Amino acid sequence: MKAGSQSWKFNNNVYLLETATAVGPLESQGPLKNDFDIMYDEPYCGQKSWEQAESQLMRSAINKVIEKAKIKESEISVAFAGDLVNQIVPTHYTFRETNIPFFGVYGACSTSMESLMLSALMVDSDNAKIALAATSSHNSSAERQYRNPTEYGGPKPETAQYTVTGSGVALVSHKKTKIRIESATAGIIVDAAQNNPNDMGGAMAPAAAHTIKQHLTDLGLEPSYYDLILTGDLASCGSPIVVDILKQEGYDISEQHNDCGKLVFSPDQPVFAGGSGCGCCAVVTYGHIKKLLEQKKLKRVLVVATGALLNPLIVQQKETIPCIAHAVALCAVD
Amino acid sequence: MKTKKYEEVIKNHEVKPNYVKNALVSFFFGGLICAGGQLLIEMYVHWFGFVRETASTLALVTVILIASVATGLGIYDEFGQIAKAGAFVPITGFANSLTSAALESKSEGVVLGIATNLFKLAGAVIVFAVVSAYVFGILRYLLIEFNVLS
Repeated sequence: MKAGSQSWKFNNNVYLLETATAVGPLESQGPLKNDFDIMYDEPYCGQKSWEQAESQLMRSAINKVIEKAKIKESEISVAFAGDLVNQIVPTHYTFRETNIPFFGVYGACSTSMESLMLSALMVDSDNAKIALAATSSHNSSAERQYRNPTEYGGPKPETAQYTVTGSGVALVSHKKTKIRIESATAGIIVDAAQNNPNDMGGAMAPAAAHTIKQHLTDLGLEPSYYDLILTGDLASCGSPIVVDILKQEGYDISEQHNDCGKLVFSPDQPVFAGGSGCGCCAVVTYGHIKKLLEQKKLKRVLVVATGALLNPLIVQQKETIPCIAHAVALCAVD
Repeated sequence: MKTKKYEEVIKNHEVKPNYVKNALVSFFFGGLICAGGQLLIEMYVHWFGFVRETASTLALVTVILIASVATGLGIYDEFGQIAKAGAFVPITGFANSLTSAALESKSEGVVLGIATNLFKLAGAVIVFAVVSAYVFGILRYLLIEFNVLS
């Protein structure tokens, strides 16, 4: 049911049926290593190129989620999926091997919650029995497209972030599980006049702040309603900015806020300001947060996936970076 | 929505690079690479009996080889993160930019991958080197022609 100007409330029993995650080597050594399903110990994941490696991550996560949920592929009514590579190539080549009706989505690093929200809407409106949301990113396929070759020796500033190598997949259905999808808020594109591709956190923070504020307004909630307001990949540079902006707007989320980019790696790993990429929010939410919700260590979580809609060519044409954030609220049920 | 009102908040959280420290670190590591090069020249002169001019060419080729192999082994980018411009300015940085671009494009084949993308990063250096050589060449010619230089 539409709530306010940008949100939906899912009153029709929409549940997170199952999730699965697949990650690369650096993530497997990180603090959340016990929360992931599949861990690859080398960045090629047994494939010949970075793009194929990313496909492999998504493919193995999809197979895993089907196995974990004990369903057949044919039972999945629709899939929403995307990644960071041009023309969302890794996703298309993953779904080439399936017979699932498919929609490609691109929201840069907000793809995880964008696809989950669309899946929830499909199930809520009874247009899908089981909907699948899949997201992936690969450090090297992203680096080569957005920045420099992976082995290039030019130093990176401290504000740079490390794209997570990983894929997260979720299934959404009416079947009652321990996690209910309560509501969702679609973001609008916010451009705060930033143009540094090595400081995405700062660029995305205003978009995250806008979506969080809109979510609370649309649904008439206070930040304290949530145990955790989890942004996607603002990392250590963008996180204080989102808290500050919301403070100015009259919302104090300093108690509840955390960020996937800060959770996925430990400070002693070589990741600069923290993790990023659409896989970052996907693997943290579908791996770590899902576990905490199931164990009732968290009751209500608002996941706000943040995306910098960056294109290196257009930035060179002196344009600024438009950003977007999509939010989905998950709650633990008995 | 286009908004500039958050610029101040973002600016307040801006992380400024430590320019002095970075410059000193670059000076140290850049100097270290150059000292290594000098050592190689001396080695080629004294141990192998080359004339100094041939020895310096050989030393250049040697550091390029070392940098390229280090790039292939995945060491040079980590070194670059520590050494900053010290790893970037010497010819080793140029070698790294070529090798890293070649490695990256290997998956697209020899012609359309490696050959097309080899100078993706180094191309700008070459363009400016050639253009400035022309400009200064003409300038030098004119200065000699008009007896400003001898």
